[in-house]
Amino acid sequence: MSDTVSTSSAPTPQAAASMPSSDVPQTKPLGLWADTWRRLKRNKIAIVGLVIISVFLVIGAAEIVAVDIVHANLAPYDPNKVDYKLTPTGLGSPPSLSHPFGTDYLGRDIFSRTLVATRISLLIGVIAVAIALTIGLALGPVSGYYGGVIDSFIMRLADIFFAYPYILFVLLIMTVLGPGFRNVFIAIGILSWATYARLVRGTVLSIKTMEYIEAARAQGASDLRIIFRHVLPNSMAPVYVAIAMGVGGAIVTEAALSFLGIGIQPPNASWGKMIADYLSYMAAGRWWMELFPSVALVLTVFGFISFGNGLRDATDPKLKE
Amino acid sequence: MAERLLDVKNLSTHFFTHAGVVRAVNGVSFSLDRGETLGIVGESGSGKTVAALSVMHLVPDPPGKIVEGEIVLKGRDLVSLSDDEMRHVRGNDIAMIFQDPMTSLNPVFKIGDQIAEAIQLHQGKSKREAWRMAAALLAKVGIPDAERRVNEYPFEYSGGMRQRAMIAMAISCNPDILIADEPTTALDVTIQAQIMDVIREMQAQYDSGVIMITHDLGVVAQMADRVMVMYGGRTIEYGPVDEVYYNAHQPYTWGLLGSLPRLDETDKQRLTPIKGQPPNLLLLAPGCPFAGRCPYEREVCRDNFPASEIVGPDHGVNCWIPLQERLEIRAKLPRFTARVA
Amino acid sequence: MSPILAVRDLKKHFPIKTGILKRTTGKVYAVDGVSFDIDEGQTLGLVGESGCGKSTTGRVVLRLLAATDGLVKFDGVDVMKASRAEMQRLRRDMQIVFQDPYASLNPRMKVKNIIAEPLRIHKIGTEAERQRRVHELLETVGLTSEHAERYPHEFSGGQRQRIGLARALALNPRLIICDEPVSALDVSIQAQMINLLEDLQNELKLTYLFIAHDLSVVKHISDRVAVMYLGKIVEVADSSIMYTRPQHPYTEALLSAVPIPDPKTERIRRRIILEGDVPSPANPPSGCVFHPRCPRMQPDPCTKVMPLLESTGGGASQNHVVACHFPTRYASDGKVTADAP
Repeated sequence: MSDTVSTSSAPTPQAAASMPSSDVPQTKPLGLWADTWRRLKRNKIAIVGLVIISVFLVIGAAEIVAVDIVHANLAPYDPNKVDYKLTPTGLGSPPSLSHPFGTDYLGRDIFSRTLVATRISLLIGVIAVAIALTIGLALGPVSGYYGGVIDSFIMRLADIFFAYPYILFVLLIMTVLGPGFRNVFIAIGILSWATYARLVRGTVLSIKTMEYIEAARAQGASDLRIIFRHVLPNSMAPVYVAIAMGVGGAIVTEAALSFLGIGIQPPNASWGKMIADYLSYMAAGRWWMELFPSVALVLTVFGFISFGNGLRDATDPKLKE
Repeated sequence: MAERLLDVKNLSTHFFTHAGVVRAVNGVSFSLDRGETLGIVGESGSGKTVAALSVMHLVPDPPGKIVEGEIVLKGRDLVSLSDDEMRHVRGNDIAMIFQDPMTSLNPVFKIGDQIAEAIQLHQGKSKREAWRMAAALLAKVGIPDAERRVNEYPFEYSGGMRQRAMIAMAISCNPDILIADEPTTALDVTIQAQIMDVIREMQAQYDSGVIMITHDLGVVAQMADRVMVMYGGRTIEYGPVDEVYYNAHQPYTWGLLGSLPRLDETDKQRLTPIKGQPPNLLLLAPGCPFAGRCPYEREVCRDNFPASEIVGPDHGVNCWIPLQERLEIRAKLPRFTARVA
Repeated sequence: MSPILAVRDLKKHFPIKTGILKRTTGKVYAVDGVSFDIDEGQTLGLVGESGCGKSTTGRVVLRLLAATDGLVKFDGVDVMKASRAEMQRLRRDMQIVFQDPYASLNPRMKVKNIIAEPLRIHKIGTEAERQRRVHELLETVGLTSEHAERYPHEFSGGQRQRIGLARALALNPRLIICDEPVSALDVSIQAQMINLLEDLQNELKLTYLFIAHDLSVVKHISDRVAVMYLGKIVEVADSSIMYTRPQHPYTEALLSAVPIPDPKTERIRRRIILEGDVPSPANPPSGCVFHPRCPRMQPDPCTKVMPLLESTGGGASQNHVVACHFPTRYASDGKVTADAP
């Protein structure tokens, strides 16, 4: 063979092994998330949100380990310990060196209570969203992939869940299930699935026409395999944002429920419960009781929402840099 | 002696991105005379489109910037012009038609509007007069029933018709130069033939110069008087079309010509592709951009880019291989010798 | 020796649904009575412009789309009527390579999993055996084992097409439908891929249905070429004589429209420019689908009766078939004996 211009297409291993190194891709292997991270880094508020979330997660996780697994107390004081000495007037004592957040009307240390309540918020946020995701990421892709009657049915079902005012619906379920910790996240989870289902369905509609999905069909993959192995992993982009927002939303909803008295029951503390309990003391000028759990709640939810917004902007392909 | 319309000397356009500097065009020079067609040929990453956009000052800035070079249009340097002055040049003196007529035409305006706008802007005609001229132009580029069709929207036109409408827009102000950037790549081949005809006719009628940018060596053979072959942002060979096709001196040109299956070949001959991948413009080595894929490269190729060497009438090549050795190598290339025989 | 793939009168019509109630108001006759055979180890090229139905034909043959009517027999088995279990077996024998290197690979799967996926679906081999097969396939298509751990976005277009090919080969198919496998690639990379496909065909005794719009490529790689227009096959001939003895006027126009990368040839070529645009497959003309654009059209019978695809004598060989009332005829020495009426 006198022509020396090409060597690249012989199928035998020997010829392939002599392939010049210029055939190996020369770009540094950028991860799939590297570009998103770079854009996210430039959004200061989103980074602040990320920091807040991280702090929240660390404290919450630590508290869960402490309370549920080790049965110890991480806080400086027992959050439920009543101490009348610390509340001489029955109106608690203001922040001091020994009690940085002050004490409440029963002499309980507010710092400890706020800290321990983080556990409740984290559990609610994570478990409620997990339940919603399980339902939503099962129904959404199926709806989008099959289209037709199945799609109509599932989307109408979702419409029903969207149509009802969220809080009223949650109240309805709580009334049916009864008050209490476990029922809160079941209620929130069951009601939020529609958001995730609709979001993922939207992306599924465009993914299912991609050639690699046709390739999977040509290989003989079952519908189920195609939906959950090929379509769903590629349809998750908008869902991540919704998860961030969803956790924030679940935490607020729990606070609202507890505020209304049908969420967390005493003696357990959650931020919402604390906000409800201490509200009347504001009139008496006992501001610290209401303040700290409120700040904790607002800060945490702010963190999730800012991060969620930042993530949405960072993954939006059309947003100019 | 034909009038020299455009003289581009040593043009370099770089893009300054977060990932690094993309040297899209590096020291490229070419010229265009009245009445002639220059074909700029290259694959992806060759820089041919960026070179054309640079001439038109349409390179997005940031991140792109013309970092060096002269672009002289009928004696006038374009690089130093202000935005306003350049806008007057565009459409009037140089017009461009793009690859995808679907996205280059504004879908919410009627075709007549879009053509008339350019006429009103550059020639100061009244709206009625401009519309009349627009209809006449559509008829000239071969759109049937032009009087009616000038009132339609782009979505009512087929791909071939949209491209004709784009040509009508481009020639509406009698530009001296028409730049066509892959004008037929998105079209079916029978429509492509029609469009090529229209371009040729318009060129003859207006006596304009045409720069045809394409990756299709068949289109170049059909349309061009002179050819410039680009690779990795540089010119590596240029000359009259017969010279470049039958007397090619650059290994890349040989590789390109050898990669093409030909409709008229009687005995089936195995293709002789170029090994490797198109260049990554972020990681260009200082020397010849074809180093790494060139089967005949030597050490000097990676370090320095060779200067232009004249190998025929008006025919230059950039290659470090000595002339004699090149001729010897070329004589042994089966697809090349078969074609020339 | 019966053909490995036999297609008879294949039809695929898509309903057009409009209005709130989505009533069917019309049909797109994408594939409207297509018949052909392919012998084992051969390549049939299916060529035509956009809207001719060639891609749809490929998908219906593979039963990725359900046929409206007609027969597809693979190795004697009726593909349309196969049960789920039979279809799973058939899928191992019939595979497909797609056009778009950027959309045909799952971006979230590593290359090794993309190629192993068909093995997993059909539960072939242990995990270790599958990995070995993946590495073997990578080498077969000219990539290396270290590519297995990477993601598609780290590869160039040509490399991705090779990965797609490796995936198609995983189950040891006998027939591969190549749906525009090189159209999206640079010219120099196209040639690599074409040579690879040819080499694999020889080594693995593969049969190809090669679908493309680039006539030069199709002619080069195919043993026989079928020309499609508006859902119908208008001519089938051996590729070696396709260029010299076309019988159908559309084939002639198509051939003359394809630019050949040879300036001297281009200057002397006789060009047949077709008028008008390709009509929509939702509204096909009566009688012969090509009659509105046909230079030889006679109202009777061309507007009334669609001609059958058959050998008319005066073709180059017995298996040269054409669907035309007035096909060009050739004497045995190749000279035209009868042309337009």
